[in-house]
Amino acid sequence: MSSLHKNKRSKPARVTLDEGVLRASGGWTVFHLQGVEQSLSSLSWPRTGTLQVDMQGVSALDTAGAWLLYRTVFLLTQTGLSVSVEGLSRQTQTLYEYVSRRGGVPGQLHELVKPGVIEGIGRSGVEELNKNISLIAFIGETATVAVHLLLSPLRIRWKMVLRELGEAGHKALPIVGLLAFLLGVVIAYQGGDQLRLYGANIFIADLVGLSMLRELAPLIAAIIVAGRTGSAYTAQIGTMKVTNEIDALRTMAISPIELLVIPKLIALVIALPLLTIFADIMGIFGGMVMASTMLGLSMATFLDRLVEAVSLQAYLTGVGKAPVFAAIIAIVGCFQGFQVAGSAESVGRQTTLSVVQSIFWVIVINALFSVAFSQLGL
Amino acid sequence: MVTGATHGEVVVEVRDMTTRFGDKLVHDRINLDVYRGEILAIVGGSGSGKSTLLREMVMLQKPTSGSVRVLGEDASRLVDETALALRRCIGVLFQYGALFGGLTVLENVAMPLREHTELSHALIDEIAMMKLGLTGLTPDTGALFPSQLSGGMRKRAALSRAIALDPELLFLDEPTSGLDPVTADALDELVLQLKASLGLTIVIVTHDIDSLWRVADRAVLLGDGCILGAGTVAEIARSKDPRIVAFFQGPRGRAVQG
Repeated sequence: MSSLHKNKRSKPARVTLDEGVLRASGGWTVFHLQGVEQSLSSLSWPRTGTLQVDMQGVSALDTAGAWLLYRTVFLLTQTGLSVSVEGLSRQTQTLYEYVSRRGGVPGQLHELVKPGVIEGIGRSGVEELNKNISLIAFIGETATVAVHLLLSPLRIRWKMVLRELGEAGHKALPIVGLLAFLLGVVIAYQGGDQLRLYGANIFIADLVGLSMLRELAPLIAAIIVAGRTGSAYTAQIGTMKVTNEIDALRTMAISPIELLVIPKLIALVIALPLLTIFADIMGIFGGMVMASTMLGLSMATFLDRLVEAVSLQAYLTGVGKAPVFAAIIAIVGCFQGFQVAGSAESVGRQTTLSVVQSIFWVIVINALFSVAFSQLGL
Repeated sequence: MVTGATHGEVVVEVRDMTTRFGDKLVHDRINLDVYRGEILAIVGGSGSGKSTLLREMVMLQKPTSGSVRVLGEDASRLVDETALALRRCIGVLFQYGALFGGLTVLENVAMPLREHTELSHALIDEIAMMKLGLTGLTPDTGALFPSQLSGGMRKRAALSRAIALDPELLFLDEPTSGLDPVTADALDELVLQLKASLGLTIVIVTHDIDSLWRVADRAVLLGDGCILGAGTVAEIARSKDPRIVAFFQGPRGRAVQG
């Protein structure tokens, strides 16, 4: 009979207490202990005198069982009882002694206190402060390396830049195109209803053109890139950090910033404006399709009106925001990657943070741009 | 010490096992028995299929053909429930520890107990602490994260987790790799101690010849897809097979025997 079946057949551990003798029976193994743990805590122990623990009836004992026995004996001895353990076989006696010698002191666990509230606040405050300092340091380091590289552009790893460009730009075209198209459709659909009430169908071109070019296309492109590419940057650099690859680069006198961050930064600063232009086109196309099906506005009329309604300036302010968004996404993504410490869980946490923070900053900076542009009268 | 001749109950039985990865033949119809209460070492050069053999014994990988029986159950065609029950009876120490980085050492050790037993949290924590003690770690190590541990401590912590459910069968993958000689010695000592006190059956995959001489009751030497030699370490070391000679009589091997 295999021990697998023996294990299943083993009876739950039990104890009975009468007249100073604690009789134990059943299998004192880790899977059969839960009952005896409860009954041990509910027994009414004698206050003084002697207690004999009779282990004769126990069919099996493992370290968990030995620990429960040792712990019980230890705690009872503390209350002033004199306790003796009998009926252990030679083998289980060895095990019991081994566990009691090496297992530490019962109850010692609770001395491991967690930091108090005030200490906790202090610790997390210092941690936050350090994080912000290291973000500033990271931006500074990246800027220094970037300036050095711009002075000798041949040292920039253009092959890496091209690869990142394909990854972040080319492969993002379908999703950016589709979402921008749908956004254009939705705006035209919602706005068209209102405009029709006033017979102002033609202004659908103004509505779609201005909102897409100035605000929505740059934002949707940036948000998709933050989710798609920023997270990938964090995960890649973070995993490299966990497996010591970053340290390996440093010891080989290769700057991780130069190798990993700068190509990503350059690639994204090129890719995001291009994606934004693509989103512009697809968004307006979406609006145009909707205008012709719902409002009966022909595409030619729509385009005629679009040229009048949207100035070159509006288009440029939209596209001009994209490199800034790209820099934010690349810097935050890479920085969070370098913040990974130790574990796989940390990679996940920093990747989430990277996406949340880059989208947060993209939207905040976009709002600042709007205020600044309106102050400048653009 | 148990010699190669005294054979008791077979706890792991490998029969005609063949493993191939694409064109590469890793194991060619190998046969192997592990007896209750012994320490069996699986040795061989890098790429000789030691770790693959271990992965097949702990049901992480299926052999291409042949059978692996662990504690009487056929490990290569197990249905879920039996596989779970069987897995609770074996403990595995992975080469790099495989401790969960997001949990403290104590939580790592307590995890199998929490998942598979219904003991109270306080008792589980104490048992986990006791396991740390058994592997020679101090109670305050329990509050640390795996990334804060040294290599030797990480192995010990991982060993504590491997014995958390008091398995009868323990698999150790390269327990001494990456450790300095003193720490490696201490770990060998610990393995012997655990075997003696807890009555464990232990399968060790190693290429550390020192450790092989010190802890193994029996060994099998893998090479070229088959078992080149099996028996006590001394028996294997006396072999005239040039491949075995190469393994034992290299400068490192000689230093140990000398």
